[in-house]
Amino acid sequence: MELSSYDLKNFFKTVADMMEEEKDYLCELDRKIGDGDHGVTMSIGWQAVNEILDADLKDEEDCGKISVAVGKTFLSAVGSSVGPLYATGLMKGAKSGKKKNVMNELDLVEYWVAFARGIKERGQAEVGEKTMVDTLEPFANTLEAKYEETQKFFESFEHAVRDAEKGMKSTKDIISKKGRSSRLGDRSIGAQDPGATSAFMILSAFQKFAENRSTQVS
Amino acid sequence: MKKLINDPRRVVEEMVEGYVHAHPDYIKQLPENERALVTARDTKEGKVGILIGGGSGHEPGFLGYVGEGMADGVAVGNIFASPSPDPILEVTKTIDKGAGVAYLYGNYAGDVMNFGMAAEMADLEEDIEVGMALASDDVASAPKEEKEKRRGIAGEFFIYKAAGAAADFGYNLEEVIRVANKANAQTRSMGVGISPCYLPQTGEPSFEIGDDEMEIGLGHHGEPGIEKGQLESADSVAERLVGDILNDIEITEGDDVAVLVNGLGSTPRMDLYIIYRKVEQILKDRGIQIYRSYVGDYITSLEMGGCSVTLMKLDEELKQTISHPVDCPMFVQK
Repeated sequence: MELSSYDLKNFFKTVADMMEEEKDYLCELDRKIGDGDHGVTMSIGWQAVNEILDADLKDEEDCGKISVAVGKTFLSAVGSSVGPLYATGLMKGAKSGKKKNVMNELDLVEYWVAFARGIKERGQAEVGEKTMVDTLEPFANTLEAKYEETQKFFESFEHAVRDAEKGMKSTKDIISKKGRSSRLGDRSIGAQDPGATSAFMILSAFQKFAENRSTQVS
Repeated sequence: MKKLINDPRRVVEEMVEGYVHAHPDYIKQLPENERALVTARDTKEGKVGILIGGGSGHEPGFLGYVGEGMADGVAVGNIFASPSPDPILEVTKTIDKGAGVAYLYGNYAGDVMNFGMAAEMADLEEDIEVGMALASDDVASAPKEEKEKRRGIAGEFFIYKAAGAAADFGYNLEEVIRVANKANAQTRSMGVGISPCYLPQTGEPSFEIGDDEMEIGLGHHGEPGIEKGQLESADSVAERLVGDILNDIEITEGDDVAVLVNGLGSTPRMDLYIIYRKVEQILKDRGIQIYRSYVGDYITSLEMGGCSVTLMKLDEELKQTISHPVDCPMFVQK
């Protein structure tokens, strides 16, 4: 499995399309525990990314530069709390794509682990606080461990996404401790965290994108 | 949802354009970033710059408080979302008059990260000293022992007022931040919501509430409060709000306070003054003196119905800051 700069840009476009489709669902989740705008925020950010991919980044072939520009664009467009979080993830991930037109499997593992850990560090959240870290931390831990053990990218990523999904679903049973929803206390139980949900959507989208990409090639 | 808007995705841009064009003698947009607004008037060299900001939808907060005696610049975010570091940094560069810049904003995860990133950039890239003070006045949002976790609501107005005056008095950055933190420590708010607001882009109500219900402690983005119940009279709502505040901060006979009865967007002044009437009676009964009062829409939540009551306990220094004149498009005090 290799991912070219062209593929990387296409992947980000896939995410932008997906967020347009899912924005109402994400807002609905957010209304239960927050101010109901998570889908709108993600849509604003990824639409801005979509635009820059066709403009400034049209001829860019450095995977690192693409990821940094996507992060900065997302941050400028949304601010909010997801802005700094995703921007940090995308910029940390960018290091493993620096000066590369093509990323190999090890680069991709490093990219996604750095992405997830960068977000965790910026948000200062731990697992069990009902945030996107509940999706991202098990994902990164599994991806890293499985790949080290098996050296098989698709199998490792699939396991990691499965654990990310478990983490996302676990947020239903957690009392919120971070962000606006933390003021809700017990009443946040039963509601799945919208940030954990959109983070899972992105990881799962990459899994599908990478799998399709590899069937097309072979 | 019924709103007088054009494209829901462009409400912030169009509002800012209208605002800047309506008040050209007060405020201007920076060419580097359309979400970065600064005072149109000359500010003294050596004065600490006051930078405020936050999400849109709280008008007159926050752009309405750029003017003499209050803030020198504002970074404007999307609806109910923190501005990104870019406009914050642009405003910082413009309003720094050699004495540094004070960032004043509400205690929300997004604002903390974006203002924090901007402050790092101001320090590393521009060599501008930045101080920060966060508003955490909402009693309903966390227990007393965890005041640092509380969110900022209408009390932010008093913090801008205090810090803006301190900067005008010629205080240095450290002193301005000290005054802002003191104002925050002495300020408590409690709110009640009776009808939701509607986000332009979703058209959905920010929370569900029955025709005969009210929600105590509701956040000013529609975050759920601490108690939903039957709608009560203005007097009993005022008793509840002031009671919760006085249980949280010691204000006793002979103390002076500033009072703010703040409308959330669609509450008539009539209702607000009826609330104020009772607030005054309660304080009077306890021998607490009202030094100055403010009644009106100061920090709103789009068209949300309801209000909040804010008390700031005053010492001599805070009295001076409260008395300081202000001239902003949406708020004038002589």
